[in-house]
Amino acid sequence: MRHTITILVENEFGVLTRVAGLFSARGYNIESLNVAPTLDETVSRMTLVTRGDEKVIEQIKKQLNKLIPVIKVEDISHLVHIEREMLLVKVASNADNRSALVQLAEDTRCKIVDNVEISYLSLETTGSAQELDDFIKALEPYGIIEITRTGSLGMRRGIKGFTIED
Amino acid sequence: MKMTGAEILVECLKRENVDTIFGYPGGSVLHIYDAIFRQSHIKHYLVRHEQAALHSANGYARISGKCGVALVTSGPGATNAVTGLADSLADSIPTVCISGQVPSSLIGNDAFQEADVVGITRSATKHNFLVKRVEDIALIIRQAFHIATTGRPGPVLVDIPKDISGETCEFIWPETVDMRSYKPVTHGHPGQIKRAVKQMLAAKRPMLYTGGGILNSVGSASLLRELSHALNAPVTNTLMGLGGIPHDDKHFLGMLGMHGTYEANMAVSHCDLLIAIGARFDDRVTGRLDAFAPDAKVIHIDIDPSSISKNVHAHLPIVGDVGEVLKQLLEEIARRDGKPNEEALLLWWEQINEWRAKDSLAFEQTLDGPIKPQTVVRMIHEKTAGGAIVSTDVGQHQMWVAQHYGFNRPHRWLTSGGLGTMGYGLPAGIGAQVAMPDEKVIIFTGDSSIQMCSQEFSTAFQYNLPVIVVILNNGYMGMVRQWQEMFYESRYSQSYFDSLPDFVKLAEAYGGTGIRVDRLEELSPALDKALGLNDQFVIVDVAVSKEENVFPMVPAGAALDEMVLA
Repeated sequence: MRHTITILVENEFGVLTRVAGLFSARGYNIESLNVAPTLDETVSRMTLVTRGDEKVIEQIKKQLNKLIPVIKVEDISHLVHIEREMLLVKVASNADNRSALVQLAEDTRCKIVDNVEISYLSLETTGSAQELDDFIKALEPYGIIEITRTGSLGMRRGIKGFTIED
Repeated sequence: MKMTGAEILVECLKRENVDTIFGYPGGSVLHIYDAIFRQSHIKHYLVRHEQAALHSANGYARISGKCGVALVTSGPGATNAVTGLADSLADSIPTVCISGQVPSSLIGNDAFQEADVVGITRSATKHNFLVKRVEDIALIIRQAFHIATTGRPGPVLVDIPKDISGETCEFIWPETVDMRSYKPVTHGHPGQIKRAVKQMLAAKRPMLYTGGGILNSVGSASLLRELSHALNAPVTNTLMGLGGIPHDDKHFLGMLGMHGTYEANMAVSHCDLLIAIGARFDDRVTGRLDAFAPDAKVIHIDIDPSSISKNVHAHLPIVGDVGEVLKQLLEEIARRDGKPNEEALLLWWEQINEWRAKDSLAFEQTLDGPIKPQTVVRMIHEKTAGGAIVSTDVGQHQMWVAQHYGFNRPHRWLTSGGLGTMGYGLPAGIGAQVAMPDEKVIIFTGDSSIQMCSQEFSTAFQYNLPVIVVILNNGYMGMVRQWQEMFYESRYSQSYFDSLPDFVKLAEAYGGTGIRVDRLEELSPALDKALGLNDQFVIVDVAVSKEENVFPMVPAGAALDEMVLA
């Protein structure tokens, strides 16, 4: 089963390697991993998407907690939560299908970020992984030149935050 | 006061209560070696290979109860240390390794004697550090010792570039260490303690299964004995946990697992409550997992949450320091004036005694036949009254010592349990002798194992360490040969030595004494002579029966109760 795990770590040299190394050393898979600083510059936040049965996920959480610079780990999969991913995609176009493509972009509320030549269009959007997959499918007939995705970011719903204080 | 990084390091070691380190100099640690030269508090033991520095630090730590410390240079110095680090990680032994690194400006340039040591040792340590500023040395050393010695202990490496150990700054000693991301739990959850005691007192067929955690948590061996007596429950030790209870305690069933006793393995297989304490359900202990303790509820007490329910599901987990939790359990039993289920226990002990009567460790020693390796171990047990410090290498001899030595107290046993490192025995024994100069240190080894790290005889000679090395010499890599005999139709592929050195001459070449024993009647006088030497090391090279096998044996992947008895 797919699990989304959020992690707070010390923002220090090598911490990403420690997390990634743990997964390769113990044979767990990483579907996506996102890491960036938080408001507190000494702390980074990761969102990690992995797959495994409950026993494996339990072990993953424990092993993550065992890493010295890891401050906090939470599997948000069973909580009410938001997950978003960002996509940049470059699509081929021509004079015949240009307006249809622009219309599609508007209908799906995605942003046109590079619109200088008729031969291609670059779009930016966010959504759940499934929404992005669907969007990519819709663009396929035009010819996709390249895509890049961030992997999921996750956050619990509700007033309570996921910080080092609580 | 301004000090160099090297001086700060040495001052920090002193404040961490370090008086002994094992190491080997080289270019990147010359500032540090100079600082060591200019002080007298810390004694440095020069080993002959960096792997041995880590094993000696490990042996020192296990016997002294303190953190072991090693010092190695960059590149090959540090890569040689990796085996020793991995060994301490697998066996949870507190060690701090300081490694030199090339100057900061050269890192990443493929410089002379450069290796990505933090990268290489990441999975061989509990944690590691690269020092980037001289101002950080004191705090990092403080954290390194804190991490190595608390929680589940383990090795920590601190990599110090040469320019950093040469630069100066104001020395500030951090009085306390507080790491928000590292706070090991020591006390067991009170609710879990209550539930555990209830189950323990109600159990009809309880079984205590204890590991190295009993020895890592100083003082808990006597508490274990109290608990086993309070519950009238049998105890088995893992390889790492030997000495956790005296061998002649009537509750002790011997070691369990692949080469465990019949009674220990049968009792685990038939118990209704398995109480695991400071043990981690290693594959050499459990055999086939789905047939392990099939009728038992499992209580698992461990300081490392990731050990709990990793291999075997724990019905009642208690995270905490083994010693603390044992105290809590005993207090709870006393508070409710708890008595075990004696009626059921009577039947349980009857059954256990039946299993015991099989005498699964029995062997036959004829007077005129070859010397059995078990005979050597038992004779040394008698001559040392089970109280010597005993170190081993890895293989058949290790198992025979585990089965037959019979420890009468904790913190006397050095063996590479988790990693299974041949070459561990001699340097670990040397570390132990440094920690306890007045105790007898016996290093059991094989003719193969001793050739890994035999350069350390030179260290023993230099410091007049009177370790006694007993080679159970069968001319084979015995354990490999045993597996080849049992599982590969006796095709002895590369497990035979046809050109062993003359171990008597080897001892003499390194400045020690060598004694060869070929016949049974020579054995006792040779051991007496070896035990009487107090000013130099001795090798006793004993020719033992060549194709003796270690039994009982649970073949890999079989269930514990499917053991082969002989």
